[in-house]
Amino acid sequence: MNDVTDTSNIKAEASASAAAPASNNNDVILEIANISVSFDGFKALNDLSMKFMRNELRCIIGPNGAGKTTMMDCITGKTTPDEGTCTFNNTVDLSKLSEAEIALVGIGRKFQKPTIFESHTVFENLELAMKTDKTVFFSLFAVVDDVMRDRISDTLKTVNLSAHADQLAGRLSHGQKQWLEIGMLLMQDPQLLLLDEPVAGMTDDETERTGELFNSLKGKHSLVVVEHDMDFVAQLKSMVTVLDQGSMLCEGEMAAVQSDPRVIEVYLGR
Amino acid sequence: MSNARTPFIVRFFSATGRTGWIAIALFALLTIVAVPVCHLMFQEGDALFISTFYVTLIGKIMCYAIVAVAMDLIWGYAGVLSLAQGLFFALGGYAFGMYLMRSIGLDGVYKSHLPDFMVFLDWKAYPWFWAFTDSFVYSIFLAIAAPGLLAFVFGFFVFRSRVKGVYFAIISQAMLYAFLLLFFMNNTGFGGNNGFTDFKRILGYDITSPEMRATLFALSSATLLFALLFGRYVVTSKYGRILTAIRDAEMRVMFLGYNPLWYKLFIWTVAAIICGIAGALYVPQVGIINPSEMATANSIEIAIWAAIGGRGTLVGPAIGAFVVNLSKSWFTVAFPEYWLYFLGLLFVLVTLLLPQGLVGLYQQLRARSTR
Repeated sequence: MNDVTDTSNIKAEASASAAAPASNNNDVILEIANISVSFDGFKALNDLSMKFMRNELRCIIGPNGAGKTTMMDCITGKTTPDEGTCTFNNTVDLSKLSEAEIALVGIGRKFQKPTIFESHTVFENLELAMKTDKTVFFSLFAVVDDVMRDRISDTLKTVNLSAHADQLAGRLSHGQKQWLEIGMLLMQDPQLLLLDEPVAGMTDDETERTGELFNSLKGKHSLVVVEHDMDFVAQLKSMVTVLDQGSMLCEGEMAAVQSDPRVIEVYLGR
Repeated sequence: MSNARTPFIVRFFSATGRTGWIAIALFALLTIVAVPVCHLMFQEGDALFISTFYVTLIGKIMCYAIVAVAMDLIWGYAGVLSLAQGLFFALGGYAFGMYLMRSIGLDGVYKSHLPDFMVFLDWKAYPWFWAFTDSFVYSIFLAIAAPGLLAFVFGFFVFRSRVKGVYFAIISQAMLYAFLLLFFMNNTGFGGNNGFTDFKRILGYDITSPEMRATLFALSSATLLFALLFGRYVVTSKYGRILTAIRDAEMRVMFLGYNPLWYKLFIWTVAAIICGIAGALYVPQVGIINPSEMATANSIEIAIWAAIGGRGTLVGPAIGAFVVNLSKSWFTVAFPEYWLYFLGLLFVLVTLLLPQGLVGLYQQLRARSTR
């Protein structure tokens, strides 16, 4: 590995940015404080601290192995950090909750590889995702009523899948599967959406429409988008955070980030 | 289309479609009316007489079919391959078998109130776990509660540890084997190698009388049909859709806010209870329960019935149980040494050529003919 980054500099940057948004603390939806994760000695996350504001759209970029997906794993309970805490809505310590409980407090996650229920119809996929009582007892007696039907058809429109409602989800194209999974997140009505490479494998046209969708969600939900596609990130016109080797490298507008010599270094220097 | 105001009972029974109901009506007519009538009203030599041999054989196979339906719920729909269904079946059988043992009364070899095997061990009283089993109602309850409780406790720890796939199959088989050894021992209170046998009566009625045989036969059929109706409701409910979703993408289900532990544990426990009921119906018909029911091969065979009939169809595994066991009863007479080879061959061929089983084959043929 070509070690070009100055670690002390990153630490300074990270702690500075953690203190930076000095606005009303109630507007912070998620705070990551000093989390570290290592796998067999490899530090996937190294003392990472970040804040996400309510109704903000934030993009996270970084080279492979920067820790983007691990960060999402820590937030959603898939991985327990060795150190540090993730706090949701200033009060909920996520490290004490299971994956399902984290979903119920209002965090939705889209996986890097589209993960949907292939042997269910598109409609059923959205039905199962819907925000409702998720206990066994309730599910045994649950009936889809007209209000739910309307919500599902609204979401079908939003993600452009109205024509495919009764089709098996496994038959959808790759891009449509990505949309279906985004639709499932919307059905959950989460406060915070974590989207891991939502436009991977999409055509340019699909990518652009996904960008429009995300821009329309801005202000209604808080979104965190991990992406490799720079054009897509530029389209979102949001705050961008750059991760490298498990720590925050810098944060700012897309244009500023792109011209930052350290960012150019980590992207082009290897 | 049902809505929230449709009474539950209507939704329960309308989960099974029209074709299903026609099949159920025909099967009920045949097994709850025709067979008992033919067995009771006609004599040896009449053209319509159905002998004790066939009533017992088919009655036994219907109990197996109930187990196959339970296997499909847990394997076909939840994707959990259990190699312990034979254990739950045997536990139900033992629980009701003890009632039958105690009903022998003083007619045993040793003329004692205790079962012969306990007299043989010089025991003076029943061990604690057989308390109240002289009650018919309690022993039925025990046949449900024992497998249910064991499945719940085992399932809770195994599912909570997120043990899946082949690892789950191995652990379930290990549990089965542990119980096999426990029941084999003479001094654990389960009759050892011989198990329970020599039953005389149920509720005071002679267990070998044609009327009792016909009653048990009809009861087995009714239970099988109810298991199918119940299974159909469960798998078509939202719960059932979540169950298949867990089978296909458990991670996604978890991140939607469902806890797979309770979803798996419910169907796992219910499947064990269904097997227990089947076992309780089986024992009075075959007249014996011993640890061989817990043999690992028996539980694997249950999985084979399900695979041959067609997983994830409910009716398929029941058909599979009939096909395999009917051919078994013919084969073991005609070519006794080759049955296991034949079973293995059947399993390999079905897996290779008919991944959806016999029901899948039927659906393919029908789709081709309507095209």
